[in-house]
Amino acid sequence: MTFKEIVDILEAEIVLDSDDSDTEIQSVCSTDLMSDLLHFSSMPRSLLITGLANTQAVRTAEIADIKAIVFVLDKKPDKETVEMARQKDIAFIVTRLSRFTACGRLYAAGLRSCTGENR
Amino acid sequence: MSSGRAIEGSFHLTGGDFTNAGAASSELKSILTNLGISLAIVRRAAIATFEAEMNVIIHAVAGVMYYQVTADSIKVILNDMGPGIPDIGLAMQEGYSTAPDWIREMGWGAGMGLPNMKKNSDEFKVDSVVGEGTTVEIVIRIKEESP
Amino acid sequence: MNVRDIVERLSLEVKTAKGDLQREVRGCYISDLLSDVMANAREGELWITLQTHPNIIAVAVLKNLAGIIITNKRTPEEETLKKAGDEGVTIAVSQSPTFEVGGKLYTILQC
Repeated sequence: MTFKEIVDILEAEIVLDSDDSDTEIQSVCSTDLMSDLLHFSSMPRSLLITGLANTQAVRTAEIADIKAIVFVLDKKPDKETVEMARQKDIAFIVTRLSRFTACGRLYAAGLRSCTGENR
Repeated sequence: MSSGRAIEGSFHLTGGDFTNAGAASSELKSILTNLGISLAIVRRAAIATFEAEMNVIIHAVAGVMYYQVTADSIKVILNDMGPGIPDIGLAMQEGYSTAPDWIREMGWGAGMGLPNMKKNSDEFKVDSVVGEGTTVEIVIRIKEESP
Repeated sequence: MNVRDIVERLSLEVKTAKGDLQREVRGCYISDLLSDVMANAREGELWITLQTHPNIIAVAVLKNLAGIIITNKRTPEEETLKKAGDEGVTIAVSQSPTFEVGGKLYTILQC
């Protein structure tokens, strides 16, 4: 699924667009606990859906090679968070949907979870 | 990378500084990437050091992250002035955490830190003295894929 | 749709004996931040989380939630199960990641 399709499905507002709006997203992780994000071993071209609207989410996304982040419940990131994502080339969107509805719509549209555990 | 030569350096970490938390691991990640080390190995090193760095930020007053990269391995040592870990066996259990609620609300303290470090390391050591501090040593071997 | 139906459809393992499995589920809230659940979850919703800490029971009671699903192979702490028993809160666990459990539950609740 492309980044642009995800923006449409989540009726999201783009904070930082992907360099390439045809960027293909292949897997999703939804968590507010950052170590959980670091727990998956297989996360190809991955999207993070989180309610944790701070720089920690961006930093962890960078370490885990996440391509794009969704903040739910209309949580607007502060300047620092946006700036960090910009520097790390991570696309960034905000949806007014809850985590449940955001996950549900993307799952129903065919996206699947990151899998596996590290080693 | 030319064989035999080691690339090394260190970062100072300040406990409680959540604004810069993870910056050292992030920089180490780009150093490793620029050395041409494979993405899978860089990712493991980044995850292990990031978890270790966050532990220093969350629990300690201050610490140092020292790294040494050779043709064969990445070694990272984190030395902190912190409360120490009374029972390392317990701390290695998934889900065990002594982090307070406000740390949990920042997305940390899920009790996955030490287990995540161990999973991503080829060699992993923790030494701790209660009331003095903790030293974590992470070694990741690079050799795996031959060109 | 009640808690028992969902336990069966999602192949969950119920960890508590005293919860009300007949209870009607009115929706779902996914969060790993307790303050967020306190602020935003609604009565009768199932709560999907990674948290295993005993405080989750107090939150479920205060918000009158239908039950708690703990995901991604995590096991609740003993103290958590004890409190759940005392308060009659259902805890079920899943081997799957949150995105998958939430995604499947969304499709189930819609039909």
